[in-house]
Amino acid sequence: MKILTTVKRVTDPEMKVKIKADGSGISTDGVEFKMNSFDEYSIAEAATLKKAHGGEILVVSIGPEASTKEMRTAMGMGADRGILVQTDETVDSDAVARILAEVCKRENPDLVLMGKQAIDSDRNQTGQLLSAYMDWPQATFAYSIAVSDGFADVGREVDGGTSTKRVQLPAIITADLRLNTPPLVPLPMLMKAKRKPLEIITPEDLGVDITPKVKAVGFEAPEARAAGQIVESVDALIEKLKNEAKVL
Amino acid sequence: MSNIIVIAEHINGSLKKVSWSSVTFAKQAAALTGGQVIGLVLGHNIGDVAAEFATSGLDKMLVCDEATFASYLPENFAPAIVKAVQDNDAAIVCASTSTFGKDLLPRVAGLLGAGMVSDAIAIFDDGGLKFKRPLWAGKVITTVEVSTPIKVASVRPTEFDALPAVAAVASEAFASGVSAKEGVEFVSFEQVKSERPELTDADVIVSGGRGLGSEANFNIVMELADKLTGAVGATRAAVDSGYAPNDWQIGQTGKVVAPNLYFAVAISGAIQHLAGMKGSKTIVAINTDADAPIFQVADYGLVADAFEVLPDLTSKL
Repeated sequence: MKILTTVKRVTDPEMKVKIKADGSGISTDGVEFKMNSFDEYSIAEAATLKKAHGGEILVVSIGPEASTKEMRTAMGMGADRGILVQTDETVDSDAVARILAEVCKRENPDLVLMGKQAIDSDRNQTGQLLSAYMDWPQATFAYSIAVSDGFADVGREVDGGTSTKRVQLPAIITADLRLNTPPLVPLPMLMKAKRKPLEIITPEDLGVDITPKVKAVGFEAPEARAAGQIVESVDALIEKLKNEAKVL
Repeated sequence: MSNIIVIAEHINGSLKKVSWSSVTFAKQAAALTGGQVIGLVLGHNIGDVAAEFATSGLDKMLVCDEATFASYLPENFAPAIVKAVQDNDAAIVCASTSTFGKDLLPRVAGLLGAGMVSDAIAIFDDGGLKFKRPLWAGKVITTVEVSTPIKVASVRPTEFDALPAVAAVASEAFASGVSAKEGVEFVSFEQVKSERPELTDADVIVSGGRGLGSEANFNIVMELADKLTGAVGATRAAVDSGYAPNDWQIGQTGKVVAPNLYFAVAISGAIQHLAGMKGSKTIVAINTDADAPIFQVADYGLVADAFEVLPDLTSKL
């Protein structure tokens, strides 16, 4: 089974986001980057599926050359080779999906396994868009994946409970939080990953115009909440909720 | 003149409240762009859903009652929506930022070649139509514009209050022409049974964190919620630890809520959790750690052991 996985290089979710003074963007000075956490689940799951079914794991990233660092981490986790579609431009979800569609047409994977969303842009679109462009079935928000006889049974986290969907491969599955616990990558695996093949191409090589359909034109901080107060007892809390906040 | 299509979201034969918020968004859009707000109900045996949706303030309602749509599958729903968009000269398609909207709308956008705004919190005209949406777990709000003639938007329900019901609009039958896609099958839906209100719909929410220590200990949270006829929420850490079902998760990748009153019990206040609840009107935090970040967003903080104070609070209300 050939599995195509994706990684996005994102800013460390624990860091403070600094908006440029003119609101034109986000300052990345002194910012740490890491692999999008949802991509860790999808790559770890791909490694598990490969153990059971054999095959190959391809990791694709779209972004600046520095993204090769996160791709090497993915290779340490089990990806066999990588393709970086290099661009320094800001790409929207649609451009990412159209790039991935071209890679899919070139590589013919049996399964695309990707994170359900990137924790920087929080859009949650790419997997579904790619499904539309490929006209393949989609199974989003996966917490369990079982593959047999050319089908995948996918347990999904949905509002109101959980749901199970059966999709014929090739299909696109997006990983949710509880799909697995990504293992720590041992150093020897990371060293070995450095020697795995990594091809660098551009969106132009794939014939994809990355002009965004959705363009950010401003950034601002959210409205801050006014400072609250510490109450000393349950009785004091009840009094405040009744007479000050008037919510009881 | 271009119209706006709102997709009804329903479960077990009844309309979900979030659909009303999507209508509010659509009416704001119509005020800016002109055109009609057209509701679209897709499903099978959906008379009650359509009857309620008809009173939500739509200008027109299309009802597509076909066996193909008996179970929700985006592979079948998306092409039907595309046909409705084309037949009705629609320029905006919207639904809520629920798992339904998140799953379905990008597929619709892909088929239409349309740009999509995820989790819109505002729509306005400033030299062209613009949208606001949060990113980085709500640490930043961005303004975006969409260059394609048709625009798709998922709508954050907490930012668009439901409008009062009005006289029902007439329902028009809509034939999708869609035949079920091969190679995809809905197998099952395991619903979390609960007598409590839905999280996205509750006036009061009591949420617990990993600090509660066990599934059994969530009882103190549930007792307070039940006393206040509220819903129960949880942090990702509590869900990951198996203390609470996934459906209770509030935060960046779970549900976004904004009740009148939110109790954060034994919750430290990671940014990913705050992203899902900091729009609440009044926030109460109960935590033993006075330095916990949750106290920075709380209106009222009680530095105490939840196991000591929560049962006391429940009994005194």
